[in-house]
Amino acid sequence: MKAKFNFKDLMRSQIFIPVVALLLLLVFNLIMDPSFFKITLGHNSAGDPVLSGYLITILDMGSELAILAIGMTLVTAASGGQDISVGATVAITGSVLLRILCGGNSRPEEYAAPLIVAFLVSVIAGMLCGAFNGVLVSIFKIQPMIATLILYTAGRSIAAWVNNNELPVISEPSFGYFGGFIPGICIPTPFIIALVCIIIIALVMKFTTLGLFTQAVGINPNSSRLNGLNPVFVKFLSFVILGVCVAVVGLIKVSRISTINYSVVAKDIEMDAILAVALGGNALSGGKFNMAASIVGAYVIQCLTTTLYKFQVQADALPAYKAVVVIVLVVSSAPTVKDWFAKTMKKVKANKEVG
Amino acid sequence: MKNKMKNLTNANLLLMITIVVFFVMYIGAMVFLGEGFLKAQTFFNILNANASLIIVACGMSLVMITGGIDISVGGVVALVSMCCAVYLDGVEGGLFGSLQGGVGGAVVIAIIIGLAYGVVQGLLVAYLEIQPFIVSLAGMFFARGMTTIVNTEPFNVKNEAFQAAKSTRVIIPAMGSVNRKGIYVDAYVEIGVIIALLVVVVMFCMLRWSKLGRAFYAVGGNAQSALMLGINVKKTRFLSHLLCSLLAGIGGFVYFLHVGSGSASHASGMEMNAIASAIIGGTMLTGGVGNIIGTFFGVLSLTLIQNIVSSIGLDQAWWTGITVAAMLCLFLVIQSVVVARKKG
Repeated sequence: MKAKFNFKDLMRSQIFIPVVALLLLLVFNLIMDPSFFKITLGHNSAGDPVLSGYLITILDMGSELAILAIGMTLVTAASGGQDISVGATVAITGSVLLRILCGGNSRPEEYAAPLIVAFLVSVIAGMLCGAFNGVLVSIFKIQPMIATLILYTAGRSIAAWVNNNELPVISEPSFGYFGGFIPGICIPTPFIIALVCIIIIALVMKFTTLGLFTQAVGINPNSSRLNGLNPVFVKFLSFVILGVCVAVVGLIKVSRISTINYSVVAKDIEMDAILAVALGGNALSGGKFNMAASIVGAYVIQCLTTTLYKFQVQADALPAYKAVVVIVLVVSSAPTVKDWFAKTMKKVKANKEVG
Repeated sequence: MKNKMKNLTNANLLLMITIVVFFVMYIGAMVFLGEGFLKAQTFFNILNANASLIIVACGMSLVMITGGIDISVGGVVALVSMCCAVYLDGVEGGLFGSLQGGVGGAVVIAIIIGLAYGVVQGLLVAYLEIQPFIVSLAGMFFARGMTTIVNTEPFNVKNEAFQAAKSTRVIIPAMGSVNRKGIYVDAYVEIGVIIALLVVVVMFCMLRWSKLGRAFYAVGGNAQSALMLGINVKKTRFLSHLLCSLLAGIGGFVYFLHVGSGSASHASGMEMNAIASAIIGGTMLTGGVGNIIGTFFGVLSLTLIQNIVSSIGLDQAWWTGITVAAMLCLFLVIQSVVVARKKG
């Protein structure tokens, strides 16, 4: 245990960049408009106590991204590539969930099947999608981005096909709890779900060798095979885990609006999820990873989005500003730029000593 | 014959498969669907509608051969068509106020946007060594956002000079057909197709015979050994991204010429179609393998299967997505089997 606070070590740690980005965003908001931090306890239309405010919005809306970032980090680390099909598979799992709940009737009065059954089936659907990607990547050795391009193209079509292109609406109020608030609890449920996922993955990381195996396979599949690991299985497993994450996100997404829109639900979320992994400082070429940094990265993205909305930026124009921030972040964390910066700093110091 | 088969390299085998599959599909469509597919014009219509995709996919192949990827191309196409539309029609309230000009100016705008994109992305990828996926992801976000900032509402261009250029048709002799009223109709292609074919030929020659083209393959195959051979790896990577974005700019103009309007939702998913075409054509994402002719047939196969699906009567939207994905899946598995067989 080092007692001395070492700034250099801190700067080198992976989580430094996303945390600094988050702090910068918060400070920027503090200067521009302190009301950003206001959290009020109000009541929603059902008369239940709810917290509201920009910070709560960030925690609420960012949870889907955080859950996906967990799976995406594992996939990135193990396979050295990214899964671009998550948005489409969210549509599939959400569609399956609705199909089971409604049982073919598009405006049911009550559930056709218990919610837990429907959720479990949608988890299986998510795992199947993950398994499909996983088989292509691990057994057929296709680059992940290309392999997942298949489900990216077909996913939304399959989602529409599952429900015969109908848009079932669920009127049962308890279905909205997962995307809104559980009566009596004033914290948004998606955040609680995200928290549960984070705790589960933290426990898995601590008590199993998943993290170690994933890193080993990501750094060098061949040498990890010679050391008795099974790279095919580890890669496959990472995709299946992502499938589970996708199913959870599907539940939240569908619950938010009690229905589904196949072409819009979770649109472009794959890009944001990959971005979260990249912002967390994880190498997109696989190997070492830091789960916490990815999750913080996810919330950075949501924080940025909420900030931009607050300044009345149009939803369609949002990506342009996001892009600028992303470029600034990745450029400032690029090794070449860091080296150059360190060299210049040294020169300045040397000049000072001489002068 | 056996010797010849052995001499086939991976790349050529994949190319052969693509071309054979395309012709089998087309002949199959002629035999079983008849009618439309027997007319030459159907084929030319596929070309007309996808000239821009051919150009963009050529650029994508260059980047993929060099071992990179560029997912910003769809965004660039949308941005170019919106900027050209605003420039030609001078929309009130747009970012550019009321500019108005000729078609030549629009071409210049398209090329400038493409070049600017290429320079920035190339610099970031090649010289700052940031992953191309992230750079072009940001590029895609930026282009899509800028398209909305330039002008929010989609609109049609009414500029006369432009309309004249848009409706210019290049007649192809002796390929016409007789329509229902018994009148002979000439077969035609639009200007965009000519540009696209020109791009295909130039890029093919460049990759085959020029020093730069061979450098692309060398860098994509193995950057380390390319460096040892004295190839400027960074410059090569930079040029591949520059060319890709430039072609995306040109492709954007061709796209604009075909649809004649600007909209933020134009060309959505085009980057994925371009990547899919390149893969079907035998280009590999790992770099070092690929062929422009393959990409050309990749685009044709991809769009042909969409046409076939809709003419069979499965016109519900989801069938197109599912068949394209199935086809992609098939080609990927073939590729992987071919590669594994050669290694073993």
